[in-house]
Amino acid sequence: MSILIDDELCTGCGSCVNNCPYSAIELVNNKAKILPSCNLCGACVEPCPVEAITLKRGAQKAAKVDFSQFKGVWVITEHYKNIIHNVAFQLLGKGRELSDILGVDLTFVILGANFDNELDEISKYGMDKIIYVKSPILKHYYSDLYVKVLSELIIENKPEIILIGATPTGRDFAPRIAKKLNAGLTADCTGLAINPETMNLLQTRPTFGGNIMATIRNPNSRPQMATVRPGIFKEPQKVEKKVSVKKIDYAFEEKDSVSKIIKVINTSKTHVNLEDAKIIVAGGRGVGSKEKFKLIEELADVLGAELGGSRITVELNWLDPDRQIGQTGVTVSPKLYIACGISGAVQHIVGMENSDVIVAINKDPDAPIFHIAHYGIVGDLHEILPILIEEIKTINLNKE
Amino acid sequence: MKIFVCVKQVPGVSEIKIDPKTNTLVREGVESVINPNDRNAIELALTLKEKHGAEVLVLSMGPPQAEEILRESIAMGADKGFLLTDRAFAGADTLATSYTLSLAIKKILKESDPEEKYLVICGAQAIDGDTGQVPPELAEELGIPQIAYVLSIELNEDKIVAERKFRAVEIVVIETKLPALISVLNDINKPRYPSMAGILKAHDNSKITYYNAQDLNADEAKIGLNGSSTEVWKIFAPERKGNRVILRGTLEEIVQQLCQNLKDDKIL
Ligand SMILES: Cc1cc2nc3c(=O)[nH]c(=O)nc-3n(C[C@H](O)[C@H](O)[C@H](O)COP(=O)(O)OP(=O)(O)OC[C@H]3O[C@@H](n4cnc5c(N)ncnc54)[C@H](O)[C@@H]3O)c2cc1C
Ligand SMILES: Nc1ncnc2c1ncn2[C@@H]1O[C@H](COP(=O)(O)O)[C@@H](O)[C@H]1O
Repeated sequence: MSILIDDELCTGCGSCVNNCPYSAIELVNNKAKILPSCNLCGACVEPCPVEAITLKRGAQKAAKVDFSQFKGVWVITEHYKNIIHNVAFQLLGKGRELSDILGVDLTFVILGANFDNELDEISKYGMDKIIYVKSPILKHYYSDLYVKVLSELIIENKPEIILIGATPTGRDFAPRIAKKLNAGLTADCTGLAINPETMNLLQTRPTFGGNIMATIRNPNSRPQMATVRPGIFKEPQKVEKKVSVKKIDYAFEEKDSVSKIIKVINTSKTHVNLEDAKIIVAGGRGVGSKEKFKLIEELADVLGAELGGSRITVELNWLDPDRQIGQTGVTVSPKLYIACGISGAVQHIVGMENSDVIVAINKDPDAPIFHIAHYGIVGDLHEILPILIEEIKTINLNKE
Repeated sequence: MKIFVCVKQVPGVSEIKIDPKTNTLVREGVESVINPNDRNAIELALTLKEKHGAEVLVLSMGPPQAEEILRESIAMGADKGFLLTDRAFAGADTLATSYTLSLAIKKILKESDPEEKYLVICGAQAIDGDTGQVPPELAEELGIPQIAYVLSIELNEDKIVAERKFRAVEIVVIETKLPALISVLNDINKPRYPSMAGILKAHDNSKITYYNAQDLNADEAKIGLNGSSTEVWKIFAPERKGNRVILRGTLEEIVQQLCQNLKDDKIL
């Protein structure tokens, strides 16, 4: 197992040096040289224009799995208060696309207690099969029970691709299953595609805080597992089709889990639904104060929009924590996102860059938010917003 | 009781980015630091130690220079550091990393008191790879329960009760028994700074133990690149979709243009 540079081929161009995230390649006498800090991540292999770099795996690599046994795409869902998480429907859209390319079935997996009456509605999201594992205790999420049931199902049915929402719950059970099955798992993906040559899943995800995108593949293991960030893919159009349902009853009891759920606390003061909002008006530090946030609220009001903000506005107590958008807050993808006084730090951008149209209002012409904005306004938000609010009121009146 | 804290050395991430023109990494002045969430993990271990008494053992798998972050952890107040370092560990994905970390924990337990109760604390996620997968995979490897994304924790004999973030606004309170693993978010506490006495202690070489693949009796097929199922195929700069139309004119003109554009886009 090692990384090799062919000195005969190497032209000393330095592409590998520039692509190494660990600063582990140096040019010595105009040839690339790997330093001990190399992490064998392989990021240098593709960029080399003369194919001088090879990453070699040892002969020890675990016995190759027979890929032909693995067929089908699975989407596994979570739910709360008997409502399926939106990301699962988004994944069914993407999952349909992938399974059509592969020519295989798309299966939706639910572990729950009370979905019997919902199955007809759920079956409109384009899957071919539903596996419904039913047990009263599965009303709640139990890490170990999910891991046990799902690992057994996967071993028995051998899907080739498994997609799970990258929520705190999905990211809790998916890694344990991956470990049990010794399967590659790619976290928090924002892009999924099939490589037409190998038919392998290509999984793209942000790393290094969103500054770098990486495409990951699992060439030697099956199933190929990925958790996928909510709000990235669109829900599919509903269709009427015949879906086969397999119901499996389990007689779990609370004592079958090593953990006990004591209670669920709702920390929100109001009902906020940023994930589904069509329009979001968000404020940042540039708004200036809690009082001045009223202006942002007013704009949200006339637009029928949800209110959001950057992390600093939550830290300063201008806004409730459930309205924070970004890496540590929610990810959103509305039709319109109006960013007022937000600089556009990557941690904020990763949470909103998938919005259809982004409007940025910022005093600083060099603010990074302008790089992703469709319409930028360089100016003071306190002067612009009142005029914008009046204009929208007029438009609203004309509509009536 | 033993508390194992897993810490990772990461590049100071806010600096690292790809130059969109040349498609190469820009790394000006990037230095390596303890992953931010892992500082919270150390802080939690130290608070639990102060309250309940425990030995705080910090583990890191990485290149030799990762020793720096172990010394920093000791300076904060940890008792000992363990550096798992070997060329054979390089290229590890989360599967291989969690396997290697689990071997060290098992070895340390076996060589002291195998019956002693223990808690493993990890950061919820590392800012470089940002997967958050090592903690649950490590728990699976150790065969112990885990609670991920923890916001607060109470320890009572061999029982832990933790608040875990599980949706945007919902927190679930979970109880489980030791041994267990938790991964913590940065809201859980405010990490302390190293003390003067701690800094002196950190220079004591006897506080750091080195393990290579042989020391851990590691299965070669399960470590480093060989033990990894995922493979980085390529890296590139994020595509920024904005078309950068900067609206100009008087305030009124700007607002007019914006509204017209939004109407054309069928939004207003
Ligand atoms: C691990 C980690 C996770 C994070 N997670 C998140 C997250 O989930 N969400 C998040 O948002 N952030 C997150 N952050 C923080 C993030 O990096 C930024 O610090 C934050 O988004 C900055 O908020 P801001 O743009 O409102 O403020 P600033 O960066 O201070 O920008 C304010 C902007 O307002 C402009 N401005 C000032 N006055 C006016 C005016 N009168 N009119 C117009 N413009 C004006 C200024 O030019 C400036 O560009 C995270 C950070 C870390 C390290
Ligand atoms: N090489 C490593 N050595 C020690 N701990 C690690 C290592 N990699 C990950 N961890 C732990 O796992 C957490 C999550 O990391 P990750 O899964 O890489 O996002 C980190 O915050 C650490 O606590």
